[in-house]
Amino acid sequence: MSDIFINTVLTLDASVRVCIPLIFASMAGLFAERSGVVDIGLEGKLLMSAFIAASAAVVFGSPWIGLLAGIFASSVLAMVHGFASITYKGNQIVSGVAINILAAGLTMILSLAWFRKAGITPTLKNDQRFLSIDLPGIELMDHVPILGVIYRELISGHNILVYLAFAIVPMVWWVVFKTRFGLRLRAVGENPKAVDTAGISVESLRYKALLIGGILCGIGGVYLSTAYNAQFVKDMTAGSGFIALAALIFGKWHPYKVLAACFLFAFLDAISIRLQGIIIPGIGEIPVQLIEATPYILTIILLAGFIGKAVPPKASAQPYIKEL
Amino acid sequence: MKNMKRPHFVGLIKKTGLAVIASTFLLAAPIAQADIKPAVVYDTAGKNDKSFNEAVYVNGVMKFMNDTGIAVTELEPTNEAMMEQSLKKFAQRGYSPVIAVGFTMANAVAAAAAEYPDTQFTIIDGVVDAPNVQNVLFKEHEGSFLVGIMAAMASNSGTVGFVGGMDIPLISRFECGYKQGVAHHDSSMNVLAQMTGSTPAAWGNPTKGGEITRSQVENGADVVYAAAGGTGIGVYQTAADMGVLAIGVDSNQNYMQPGTMLTSMYKKVGLAAYESFAAAADGSWAGGFKINGVAEDGVGAAMDEYNADLVSADMLAAVNAARAGIIDGSIVVHDYMSDNSCPL
Repeated sequence: MSDIFINTVLTLDASVRVCIPLIFASMAGLFAERSGVVDIGLEGKLLMSAFIAASAAVVFGSPWIGLLAGIFASSVLAMVHGFASITYKGNQIVSGVAINILAAGLTMILSLAWFRKAGITPTLKNDQRFLSIDLPGIELMDHVPILGVIYRELISGHNILVYLAFAIVPMVWWVVFKTRFGLRLRAVGENPKAVDTAGISVESLRYKALLIGGILCGIGGVYLSTAYNAQFVKDMTAGSGFIALAALIFGKWHPYKVLAACFLFAFLDAISIRLQGIIIPGIGEIPVQLIEATPYILTIILLAGFIGKAVPPKASAQPYIKEL
Repeated sequence: MKNMKRPHFVGLIKKTGLAVIASTFLLAAPIAQADIKPAVVYDTAGKNDKSFNEAVYVNGVMKFMNDTGIAVTELEPTNEAMMEQSLKKFAQRGYSPVIAVGFTMANAVAAAAAEYPDTQFTIIDGVVDAPNVQNVLFKEHEGSFLVGIMAAMASNSGTVGFVGGMDIPLISRFECGYKQGVAHHDSSMNVLAQMTGSTPAAWGNPTKGGEITRSQVENGADVVYAAAGGTGIGVYQTAADMGVLAIGVDSNQNYMQPGTMLTSMYKKVGLAAYESFAAAADGSWAGGFKINGVAEDGVGAAMDEYNADLVSADMLAAVNAARAGIIDGSIVVHDYMSDNSCPL
């Protein structure tokens, strides 16, 4: 029994680690889409910031400089997306895909130029990374049954960006639903014309939303290369940006529900690792392929009817053209 | 359609013409070294994967260029569709030999070799049955057996781990050899074995590799062997972070995490590529199979200054004894790919 309990805690612990980039990216997507800009370029922004962060951390010797550099890189890409799709009213999907392709190519070329190795950065030393933090009072908590294990394995022992991710979700909720900026943000995604009529600039609101998204997405990328791993490796995001997008739809563009969706996807990922090779009585060994496909199968099933209709913001994907 | 056919026809005439010229040359004088135009196509993991592709690049391509001054043209396809195109492109432009790195290229090589029968293709780790294809294969089970012995001897917990890349028979061959090596030392030991995925993306996912390693360490493993290409980077990093030992693969990866890399199961893929270039240059290149095992020193356990402190004299003696046993036939390591099953 205690074995099952510890294994469950460890699986949840793994889910926490896996879901961090998903949380940052999906919160970034939430801002963009709430403002009416579809952000398919999350993947590219994650990748770019992961690369720039790892490069800056190795060159300047500090993960904090890496963090700033990663945020900057992701924000620049977000602004490129804005420039194409807000100022020039281009197709948002096309511009987002372009960012993904741009990031995939740029990370290769820049790593070749800077480190003479395409698609990889030097390994970060421990003082160049975000290391896990042991929260105070672990020894004390160890005496408490059940909670002690949960505290030691699940709550303590993560790096600072993990705690930041979980702190950011309520902040996003507060900004989107409790502030004037949030109200305008939601309005501009539903009915930009009304916002414009009220004398508020649609373009500037959307730019702000994209910038916030760029910053959040940047932190997600930084986590991948300087906290979770210790270097950049080509395509290391492995589709996180797209899964974040799915989580966003799954969670119906609501921060807490999106968080739950991110955690669910991460949990499926974590459990797929732990289920491998285990023989289930009566069924036998589950093939790897089936376990791997589970998150996607579940997404389809759940989206097909269990969570009801996922309705995006009305003005999503539509560039706003002012009537003269 | 007419327009499409014509260049092909012209190409054919050109090719026959070239063949005639080439054969007159052959009669006149042996081909000078500078005459070969070698090319290499890596797999999608890229040439800097610190593993399989990098071994070809550093010990094959770079070394050949330095030694002979002959330029080797390289290409890193970004997706599988590009593989066949790039092989054909090289053949069409007169490159030969063209080395294809990795089993994922097998179908592409088969198609290209059929279309360009005069081009010499070498495929590493793959099997293509064509007269103009050289298949370079390794007995990974034998090398994995050796590192399995070391893992078993280094483990204090009685549990060791294995992280595979893509779930294919080739990787099961590593796994099965490793398990046999562990059992050879102590048959009561437990081996946790997992694959990263079932698509080629599993070769380049260090995040998932790290996560698998963590789960194995949490389940008691204190030595983890990765046969997962670029995914291994995450395995070694996590092993170092968690204070357990890791075993590298393909290249000698001991330098990557000095102090926690027990050894690496080297596969001399670079040397194989080098030999293929050299054979093409001196005219001795031939199609068919080149199989490298422990006896040929094509596979083995890497020892260098980075792991000297971790390898005990007992371990070294055990590995050398097993090597000798494999070479003289007293130890037979079962090959997973011979019957797609592992006795353990």
